[in-house]
Amino acid sequence: METPSYLNDGHGLKSWLLTKDHKRIALLYLISITAFFIMGGLFAMFVRLELLTPAGDLLNAETYNKMFTMHGVVMVFFFLIPSIPAVLGNFLIPIMIGAKDLAFPRINLLSWYIYILGGLFTFVAALSGGVDTGWTFYTPYSTAAANSHVILAALGVFITGFSSILTGLNFIVTVHRMRAPGLTWFRLPLFVWAHYATSLIMILGTPVIAITVLLVAAERALHMGIFDPALGGDPVLFQHLFWFYSHPAVYIMILPAMGVISEIVQTFARKNIFGYSFVAFSSLAIAIIGFLVWGHHLFVAGQSVYAGLIFSFISFLVAIPSAIKVFNWTATIYKGSVSLDSPMLYAFGFIGLFTIGGLTGLFLSTMGLDIHMHDTYFVVAHFHYIMVGGAIMGYLGGLHYWWPKITGRIYSEFWAKIAAGLVFVGFNLTFFPQFIAGYLGMPRRYHEYPPELQVWNVMSSAGASILAVGYALPLVYLVYSLFAGERSPADPWGSKGLEWEIPSPPPTANFEVTPIVTHGTHQYAPSKEVGIV
Amino acid sequence: MSNGPSRAEHYPGPLHNPPVKGGEARKHHAPHAHHPKLQHHFDSMEQQLDASILGMWVFLVTEIMFFGGLFMAYLMYRWANPDAFQEASAHLDKTWGMINTLVLIVSSLTMAMAVRSAQTSAKPKTQVMWLVLTMVFGTAFLGVKYIEYSDKFAHHLVPGPNFQWPGQYASGAEIFYSLYFCMTGLHAVHMIIGLGIMTVIAVMAWRGKFDAHYFTPVEVGGLYWHFVDIVWIFLFPLLYLIGAHYGAGH
Repeated sequence: METPSYLNDGHGLKSWLLTKDHKRIALLYLISITAFFIMGGLFAMFVRLELLTPAGDLLNAETYNKMFTMHGVVMVFFFLIPSIPAVLGNFLIPIMIGAKDLAFPRINLLSWYIYILGGLFTFVAALSGGVDTGWTFYTPYSTAAANSHVILAALGVFITGFSSILTGLNFIVTVHRMRAPGLTWFRLPLFVWAHYATSLIMILGTPVIAITVLLVAAERALHMGIFDPALGGDPVLFQHLFWFYSHPAVYIMILPAMGVISEIVQTFARKNIFGYSFVAFSSLAIAIIGFLVWGHHLFVAGQSVYAGLIFSFISFLVAIPSAIKVFNWTATIYKGSVSLDSPMLYAFGFIGLFTIGGLTGLFLSTMGLDIHMHDTYFVVAHFHYIMVGGAIMGYLGGLHYWWPKITGRIYSEFWAKIAAGLVFVGFNLTFFPQFIAGYLGMPRRYHEYPPELQVWNVMSSAGASILAVGYALPLVYLVYSLFAGERSPADPWGSKGLEWEIPSPPPTANFEVTPIVTHGTHQYAPSKEVGIV
Repeated sequence: MSNGPSRAEHYPGPLHNPPVKGGEARKHHAPHAHHPKLQHHFDSMEQQLDASILGMWVFLVTEIMFFGGLFMAYLMYRWANPDAFQEASAHLDKTWGMINTLVLIVSSLTMAMAVRSAQTSAKPKTQVMWLVLTMVFGTAFLGVKYIEYSDKFAHHLVPGPNFQWPGQYASGAEIFYSLYFCMTGLHAVHMIIGLGIMTVIAVMAWRGKFDAHYFTPVEVGGLYWHFVDIVWIFLFPLLYLIGAHYGAGH
């Protein structure tokens, strides 16, 4: 009946739960991160509902604290960090490099189980009353004062970190050791470069957060003095260790999205990327510089002014590789033959919103300005422009772009365009007013605020409801396409690249014969760079 | 051979061992003989071995960062409490520490011999002997650690509500002992995991799974074991020896 593919190679729950096929594991991740996305979204809904009015009328302060904490923990550790790498990266990297699978298929499956185990801890923590420390778990509040399930949530973060480490390890070894003949580093799709840089952050940063939350749990459970000043410890050390991971973690979220955008922009502008090697190296530059900027979270934490100056300067430097990407995408689109299919709409959304998110980051890395804006809604708006306007736009764009490849079905382009529009409008209405509210002095993490700030908060809550519809729509039409969607040809977009040369959905072994690669991807027209390669 | 372009036609890759007899054997037999241990997604046994070794090295990098957080905390608190750290260190037993250091170094030697015996297709009995010796030394290390920990419990040197300090720097000493237990405890957990890995590998060796064509688990397990040893080489001076010249000590 159907042509053999990874989807019908084995039926039943067992064939999925014990699979070692990277494509099936990607789908396991897709389903589970979607569940966590909905969970995190519900927590956000309560936050936005509470902030509709200046008085704390819907939730009391303690419940509100738990809501924004759980929103942060779930969205950061269980949705954003695994989103693109574990779903799209898992599915595409072996195919893009002409391999049959990742280097360690069993470890790949293990990483999903570890993720689920960590998720269970967090889920139990949420059900049994939640955590109120903020997703940052700052000490000494988290170890000495907080009266909530800190240890459960910390262990959830600790465990899921190993899933991230194993994914990064698998990608690095795969890219080094499994490339098809002729696929040199500078012929790799930029999606692979972005994931390679992301994997470096995953393996270098994640262990540090692991040991840090382990120490928090030890201090809380055994009263060992590590961070609590009452026990001789230093709470600022916690902040250093925490942000050493958690700042680069932002790049774990945004770099894969940048890889997605690089692919989409080339396909829908019908041009190969402007300045391939600059875009490739800017991924590495972001990963490396990203490790040296964590101190900008500590400008008001009693850090030395000189350290602050250096961290401020290095934070500015991150803007350079980020800007290189934005300029090169723009230059790629320039005079391209642009078609506005839904993935491209998300790409346009990404480029604009990421630019705003990045530029407001410069405001915050300016020490004097940061004193004014620290812990205000300006910061909240800034990082949501990066994480939601950037990372989730990239994720949705990528999901739409590769959906025909993953499922073999075409979704409704009409509804996809409407959803992309709603997400863009809803997002801006939600988060742009927060810049203003924050600048006017609205602090983050309070369930009450002065009445004069209500107008901005009403706009924000209204935008959030539009955003929710924009996020719910794909859930409907993408799932619908599985049953009633038209079957997709191997290359529905007229794109170039190894993943489009094999059938949709791909066969279990990806390639019948190992491909031999003679040029880079997306060679729509000859260019100077091709001559050099 | 349809290998990735990153690798030369022949083993040694970038992370190779010094050439041994086994290496030669791999080169001649591996690519075409479909070894039962060759997984479907690799083209050759060398590619599979290379991937496993690189994977373990990358894992060890994550381990360095994992322990690195603790070393960072040590650095900061020792810088903030230099005298307290010396005073507290003087209460650790240097003799047991020294014995344990020697035990681990010898276990690294027996581990290296186990890897070599597999690479050179030695008899399963010989491979198992080296692996069991490694496990014996590892267990001896944990035994000594048990003696030391019990002694700390008996003398109320475990941080927490029952901590009692006979010297003058109680607060700094408590931090020192927090770090002592976290660092050596985490190290001991790694030793226990290592013993588990060694048990599996020893059973495989007993069944004759390893020879010059296939020895990946021994090689990779060996890398892990050496790493855990090296961590101790840093822990020993930082914890036990900095108090050597402090007061009377004991």
